Parts: sequence; structure tokens; C-alpha cells
Amino acid sequence: MEALLDIVSGVLLAAGSFFIIFGAHGLVRLPDMFARMHGAGVTDTLGAGLFIAGLMIQGGFTLVTAKLFLILVFFFFASPTSSYALANAALSQGEKPWTWNSEDSNGDKDGTSSKT
Amino acid sequence: MHAISLGLTLFATWLLLSGVYTPLFIFLGVLSCAIVVVIALRMEVIDRESHPVHLSMSLPGYWLWLGKEIVLANIDVTKRILSPGQAINPSVFRVKAGQDDELGKVIYANSITLTPGTVTIDIDDDDLVIHALSETSRDDLESGEMDRRVTALGDGA
Repeated sequence: MEALLDIVSGVLLAAGSFFIIFGAHGLVRLPDMFARMHGAGVTDTLGAGLFIAGLMIQGGFTLVTAKLFLILVFFFFASPTSSYALANAALSQGEKPWTWNSEDSNGDKDGTSSKT
Repeated sequence: MHAISLGLTLFATWLLLSGVYTPLFIFLGVLSCAIVVVIALRMEVIDRESHPVHLSMSLPGYWLWLGKEIVLANIDVTKRILSPGQAINPSVFRVKAGQDDELGKVIYANSITLTPGTVTIDIDDDDLVIHALSETSRDDLESGEMDRRVTALGDGA
């Protein structure tokens, strides 16, 4: 039983790490600020969710698990709020979302001109 | 009614986070929760918007559905990040939020942002301005299923 739980939590931690790493990869790779936020979203939701689920199994039925669960809940409330604040601030400051059309007009192929 | 439920929620959270169950500490916990409730009452911030107990029955089911959507959207976005070339087609568009109250719109807008591939970047009366990473994410949202579910959430109260 112990070994089984360890395996399950290990798989969850590995899967969480996978999504965290490739969320970060997307953050670097995608063309502009708005698209990059989607990469960050992967890290925020499934990455953090799977990782904390893995830790909760390690914690067992203890207060630590309850606290980890609360962290997850607060995460899911805070993350969209901060994403919205970030995106809305960028939009109101005149940041133009990247599209295939905008690439033709200004030749900005890799999005290096976008503000970070 | 909302004040009592706020107090109970605060105290339950306090019990979970404290882990020390001696009479003195429990007394201090009750005292601090009571003070917070009194302050909140004086600030008049306790209403169905800040403390939506009327949703507590229907929310867990919605969260399960949202969780499933988040997992599917995550897999889609991760695939796009990993695929060679740019497998994305970002677009900005508007969707109508069918909820009558602000709370419903906030739940809808936050659910959209929480689903990778779509981010709410502006709210304009009944319209939400959405940035989508690809057509798949856009079509998912424009099918309006999430809008219906959030609206049903508010009506079920």
C-alpha cells in the first residue's frame, strides 16, 4: 500500500513537473505577451495542481494535506485575477496582441519588439 | 446569516491552519474570528457577492466540470507549445456574458482565464474581450457551453 501511494504520488509529481517545465518553455517560445500568458496558465493550473496533488498523497490524512489543499484553492482564485490584471494593464497601455497579420505589417517575426 | 457563515468558515480555516488545540488557543481563535466578523459587518462588505453561500450547493459540480475542461485545454496548449513551427493562431474576439449579476460575470471571466488558451483581457458591460491562443480554444468558448453552465449556477440558487 505504502509503495503504491509512493508510485502514484511520484507519477503525479513527474506529470506536474512536465507541465511546469513546458509551461515555462511556452513562456519563452510564444510570440507576444498575451500568447505567453497562455504558457504561464499551463504552469499555474495543471502544473501546480498535479504537483500539489502529488504532495498531498505524500502528506496522507494530516493537517499538512489540508494546508496544501488550501494553497491549491487560493491558487485557483488568485491566478485568474492576477492574469486579468496583467492582461488588462497591457491592453490599456496600448500593447497590440500578435497575430499572423501583424507579422506581415511590421516584420516582427520573433516578437522581440514586444514589451515584457 | 452571511455573517454566521463567514464566522464559521473563518473558524474552520483557523482550526485547519493552527493544529494547536488547547483551550487557550481555541479561545484566541474564536476571539479573532469574532473580531474579523465584527469589522466586516461594520465595513458592510458581507453580502451575497463577497460571500456567496447560495452557490455552495451548485459550485462543486461546476468545479468538477471546469477541472475537466482545464485538463483538456492544458493538454491542447502544451501540444501547441511543443509542436515545431508556430502551431498557434492568436485572435482577439468578444463573447457575450449571459449572467445578470456581476458575480456571475466574474465567475465566467475567471473560468475563461483559468482555462489555458483563453484569457479575459477586458470586460465591457455584457461583453468579455477574450484573447485566444488558437482556433480550438476559440471554438470551445464560442460554443457557449461554459456561459450556459455559469448562468445555470446563478439561477439554481
